[in-house]
Amino acid sequence: MSLSTLLVLADGRLPAGAHAHSGGVEAAVAAGRIHDLPTLESFLVGRTSTSGTAAAAFAAASCRALTTRPVPHARSGDIEAAPLDRARLTALDNGARSAARVESLTDHRGALRDDSVRPAERITALDDGIDARTASPALRAASRAQGRALLRAVARIWPAAVNPAGPNPHHPIATGIAAAAAGLGPREAALTAVYGGLTGAASAAVRLLGLDPYTVHALIARLAPECDRVAADAAARADDPVDDLPAGSAILLDLDAERHATWEVRLFAS
Amino acid sequence: MRPDKRAVRIGIGGPVGSGKTALVAALCRALATELRLAVVTNDIYTTEDADFLRRAGVLPDDRIRAVETGCCPHTAIRDDISANLDAVEELEERLGALDLILVESGGDNLTATFSKGLVDHQIFVVDVAGGDKVPRKGGPGVTTADLLVINKTDLAPLVGADLGVMARDAQARRGDLPTVFLSLVGEPGAAPVADWVRDRVAEPASTPRHHEPTPAHTHGP
Ligand SMILES: Nc1nc2c(ncn2[C@@H]2O[C@H](COP(=O)(O)OP(=O)(O)OP(=O)(O)O)[C@@H](O)[C@H]2O)c(=O)[nH]1
Ligand SMILES: [Mg+2]
Repeated sequence: MSLSTLLVLADGRLPAGAHAHSGGVEAAVAAGRIHDLPTLESFLVGRTSTSGTAAAAFAAASCRALTTRPVPHARSGDIEAAPLDRARLTALDNGARSAARVESLTDHRGALRDDSVRPAERITALDDGIDARTASPALRAASRAQGRALLRAVARIWPAAVNPAGPNPHHPIATGIAAAAAGLGPREAALTAVYGGLTGAASAAVRLLGLDPYTVHALIARLAPECDRVAADAAARADDPVDDLPAGSAILLDLDAERHATWEVRLFAS
Repeated sequence: MRPDKRAVRIGIGGPVGSGKTALVAALCRALATELRLAVVTNDIYTTEDADFLRRAGVLPDDRIRAVETGCCPHTAIRDDISANLDAVEELEERLGALDLILVESGGDNLTATFSKGLVDHQIFVVDVAGGDKVPRKGGPGVTTADLLVINKTDLAPLVGADLGVMARDAQARRGDLPTVFLSLVGEPGAAPVADWVRDRVAEPASTPRHHEPTPAHTHGP
């Protein structure tokens, strides 16, 4: 796993549309629920342990579906993951393609819960799983808009990306696809998802409330280890059936998102 | 007309209130009957500009799209253009072949310019009410825009702005790049700008205009 590549993917300046979304902060600020650092902290902690944790799990699982099973690294005990070999896939005609893809999975992955689950089917099931976990239609749309924007960036940055998900997957699915394309593994996919959710919301609060950016970043630094924990947990469960993956949600995020979508004047898309 | 090529994309940027939306409306009035055109607006606040254009009736509703910019209008046109590309491509997909797409940026500052990944040409609009020092201050918008529009010349006597000074400073900053003076009150058709736009649309693309690949999609097995 390349640390520098992880930084590229997790960089807030990655042109993937994130800056236009507040992760629910704009609505929470308007409702008076976030107005200072302590209220921002409790919002971020709640968000990370609910939708952040779910996003991490689905990003990890999507990445896992598109990469070989991690093998213990000889030197460090760290994990390595290899993206499916797209060159090999495209060299084959369409008929042989699916067989080759399944074969390349079962060659290296060892015991899946169900060896017959192909990547595309798994990705579709994961995408449906996010729909099922996202009560608010506005939040579903925002997630798919961000997924689309991320894939646009991925297609230009890692042109060999394998994407069985169509152009508008949910954001965590796109994050898994991006991580696999970048040669990263499930844990890094999960980390990118949960950390991106944290910093995106925090940065929206800085812009909306004029909070001291140093204190907000100190808060991010305090919460960062929690992102590590969430990501490790997500990676450990990356092969779990969709129904067993985390389903935490925060009802106020759903309600706020629905109201926010009807506002006449707003700064953020969600 | 270029049925087989994608539309020419022209960005219209400039400080808050300089007359960008008024210029877009004028261009729509002047060009809507001869070109297949659509507009993307980037409001700081939601859909104000798009709503103005709809109310003005210069273009059918379905030819105007608004993009939200999360407090950062310059980010949306320069550093992370994904939402604007989505809007542009959605218009092209829905409306079929187009000749021209105008992208109005949210009002920002003198440094806000469009990415070449989003537009083919850009117009920067400043106004004389900001004082005749604006061209002298320069900045990427004034210095590098393909066309500089100095708007609201009708207000020059009221604010004591010297148009001669502005013309001289603009030329010093811009070299051979063109500058036009405009009053959208006195000349609601924006004729010199409309002519410049017509030339850009008629221009054969020297290199084929860059086609954004749609997001990667390989069909699953
Ligand atoms: N006197 C005068 N007023 C003008 C002229 N052009 C525009 N205006 C007025 O200036 C105001 C701002 O014009 P807009 O077109 O909304 O400016 P804008 O650059 O789109 O503004 P933002 O999108 O908010 O940054 C409006 O009240 C216009 O009617 C002009 O040539 N002369
Ligand atoms: Mg405007």
